[in-house]
Amino acid sequence: MKRLMYLLPMGLLLLLGLFLLIGLGLNPRLVPSPLVNQPAPGFELPALEEPERMVGSADFEGEVVLFNIWASWCVSCRHEHQLLVRMADRYGIPIYGLNYKDERRDGLEYLRAFGNPYVWNAHDLEGRVGIDWGVYGTPETFVIDGEGRIRYKHVGPLTWDKVQDDILPLVERLRSETL
Amino acid sequence: MKAWWPLIPLLALLAFSPVASAGGVDPTDFDEPGLEERYRALLHELRCTVCQNQSLADSDAGLARDLRRELRTQLNAGSSDDQIIDYMVSRYGQFVLYRPPFSPATYLLWIGPFVLLGLGFVVLYLTSRGSRQGARTTGVDSAARERARRLLGEGKDV
Repeated sequence: MKRLMYLLPMGLLLLLGLFLLIGLGLNPRLVPSPLVNQPAPGFELPALEEPERMVGSADFEGEVVLFNIWASWCVSCRHEHQLLVRMADRYGIPIYGLNYKDERRDGLEYLRAFGNPYVWNAHDLEGRVGIDWGVYGTPETFVIDGEGRIRYKHVGPLTWDKVQDDILPLVERLRSETL
Repeated sequence: MKAWWPLIPLLALLAFSPVASAGGVDPTDFDEPGLEERYRALLHELRCTVCQNQSLADSDAGLARDLRRELRTQLNAGSSDDQIIDYMVSRYGQFVLYRPPFSPATYLLWIGPFVLLGLGFVVLYLTSRGSRQGARTTGVDSAARERARRLLGEGKDV
């Protein structure tokens, strides 16, 4: 019994090590969004492409869509951009964009240079719609179902694994739900 | 070991010295008196979600600036503190609160340190009792004492 007591500190140390090991695998910057499974926050903003035209969350209705928050100053947005292009082209998923805290000129230049997978882009110069959507780091990608509810949120650049494992199956499932 | 007590004022100094805050609170232009104080109090209650160890008052990140602007707008619009906090929580989650509420998800966070402290006292009590008993019962027998003396004596010659 007494011997076992001496093993206790070692046991505790191993337990601590285990927790630290688990902690290594977690992303401390990830803030779970309370918006998932909530109705998407409504907004109306001028389109990036045509300032006179107003676009907004009303356009999502009745369809499963991706809503992607990006900016020309956001380097990691460039990493995921080709994925968005591929998703729009090959899988026919409508992707709507929120150009977040960006100058119109820069945003348009970005689309010219890297391609435009978006149905439209809303121009959120001041970042107020971003706050409404709980945006804290670009890029962020939301999946919105046919009833205008947020069903998934990804923070940071999308990877092909993420798209293949999470987003495509989810979109597929949500589409069959809406039908 | 003897002279540890002069450290106390030093530690106290460390504990109470104000941390230089690099952030800003932005110029304020509240119409109503009293809003300024509420604004400043709220800034310290809310976390900047991109620079997670800073409150909105400490941070100079772009998002923190936007959130401060949002706070001012809502204060000017006549929202209560609770409404503003609800607004932030519904968008960024409870994570945005610097003082997490006492809820099942945070029981461990709030109670854990006291449980550990209690556990520490239990261990302290058990070990101190054990060592007192140990001191009483285990004597060194005279043969061993003699052997130690010889060994030490041999050491002296070398």
